[in-house]
Amino acid sequence: MSFISNLIGGLSLGSIYALIALGYTMVYGIAKMLNFAHGDIIMVGAFTIFTAASSLGGNPFVAILCGLVTCVILGVLTEKIAYKPLRGSSPLAVLITAIGVSYFLQSVALLIFGSTQRPFPKLFSLSPIRIGKDLVIKGESIVTLGVTLVIMAGIMLLINKTKIGKAMLAVSEDKGAAQLMGVNVNRTISITFAIGSALAAVAGLFYGLTYNFIGPYTGSMPGIKAFVAAVFGGIGSIPGAMIGGILLGVIENLSKGYISTELSDGIVFAVLILVLLIKPTGLLGKKIAEKV
Amino acid sequence: MALLTVEHLQVNYGVIKAIKDVSFEVNQGEIIALIGANGAGKTTTLHTITGLLQARAGRITFDGVDLMKTPPHKIVSMGIAHVPEGRRIFQQLSVYDNLRLGAYTRSNPREIADSLASVYDRFPRLKERRNQIAGTLSGGEQQMLAMSRALMSRPKIMLMDEPSMGLSPLLVSEVFDIIREINEDGTTVLLVEQNAKKALSIADRAYVLETGRITLSGPAVDLLHNDQVKKAYLGE
Repeated sequence: MSFISNLIGGLSLGSIYALIALGYTMVYGIAKMLNFAHGDIIMVGAFTIFTAASSLGGNPFVAILCGLVTCVILGVLTEKIAYKPLRGSSPLAVLITAIGVSYFLQSVALLIFGSTQRPFPKLFSLSPIRIGKDLVIKGESIVTLGVTLVIMAGIMLLINKTKIGKAMLAVSEDKGAAQLMGVNVNRTISITFAIGSALAAVAGLFYGLTYNFIGPYTGSMPGIKAFVAAVFGGIGSIPGAMIGGILLGVIENLSKGYISTELSDGIVFAVLILVLLIKPTGLLGKKIAEKV
Repeated sequence: MALLTVEHLQVNYGVIKAIKDVSFEVNQGEIIALIGANGAGKTTTLHTITGLLQARAGRITFDGVDLMKTPPHKIVSMGIAHVPEGRRIFQQLSVYDNLRLGAYTRSNPREIADSLASVYDRFPRLKERRNQIAGTLSGGEQQMLAMSRALMSRPKIMLMDEPSMGLSPLLVSEVFDIIREINEDGTTVLLVEQNAKKALSIADRAYVLETGRITLSGPAVDLLHNDQVKKAYLGE
């Protein structure tokens, strides 16, 4: 029975990683950059929901909406201000800028909220589900997993069935050719950042609900793990990010349950190294021939 | 009035002057060939017309509108389609998705369906393979797809960059037949080719581009018999 509850805990944790990993992988696919500030968007989302919930009368949906809107605006602005001017310059310059944006967001949060961890509001009173004698599943886990699955289905539909989705695929494969089709490349990149940031806000919400405390560095570890998940699944691949995120969460939680809590992160990263040794492009990554 | 006018165009790649002074015009209904050696600036000229590159100086006018002041993604909807060098189809998408992306700027579903039907009519191979991933098509089929994708925007003018590149002689003839057909159906064509003989054989007029300048121009038949052109580009 404890295996099943560990598994469900892992699926729920993995859902959070998958939501963040989707943002990483979509932005990588379209803008060909690793947005290392992506994890900190989660933190901004969590703090916005925290602030809105405590000051706007406590309607949880208004608070979540505030978190979503703030993250979307922040994500799109970051791209316009920090990354767009560097388009076409060396990937290293963009990477360093992204790390700079990450530190900037953390420092701003540190200035506003201080370094002590804040309790995340209990937005919903979810009762745990009891199955049989000793299997108890946290309500938050079920909600996290359920909402994530719905979001994933939505993203797959958006990418594969809509015009903007096709434009995103076209831009990710060949910006110039997409432009020759009349696709507005800048707008497509902005939309991608907006979607990724909205997913990060949702991840921030679930992170807060799961761990109950948030701080200025809340986003960095989930951010790194979600990056690992995206690489694990094959960076640039959307189903890869979903599978990679969920697998990573399950591996982490089962390691915590059966091997060692202290070693669980180590095991997660060891699995990544193993996968990359065997399949360097990740689980679902495509091999892309370098064009000369 | 000319459909497309390029006046005193200058384009730089960093410090390299790729286009020094290029002027030409394309009239409604013509096939115009732009011939020249590798690096003469042919592709750069096309890229500047469709906004993939920024000009340093000069003017490009299409249908009376200043193209250099038009955002690149609006240029397609004005009626300019560009079949780029190396085809650049979307390798990971299906044939159908590639064609749909060609009609990206159009919104009437019935008209798009009509264009699709006429493309499938002209290229039954693409219809057979509509659900296949485009990257798995042969080189010839990919060229057909690239041209069809451009036709899906219902262009007034088609810019074609080296359509014969990498194809067998038989396919090259087929591609040139198709270009002629497209033109007979009312689409103006601006053709860039290294295969000067083939290009001149279907063109109405032609311009010779040498290291960023137009050095010669005239009716295609005259250029075909010009000694200078014969020696430099026709290998005679």
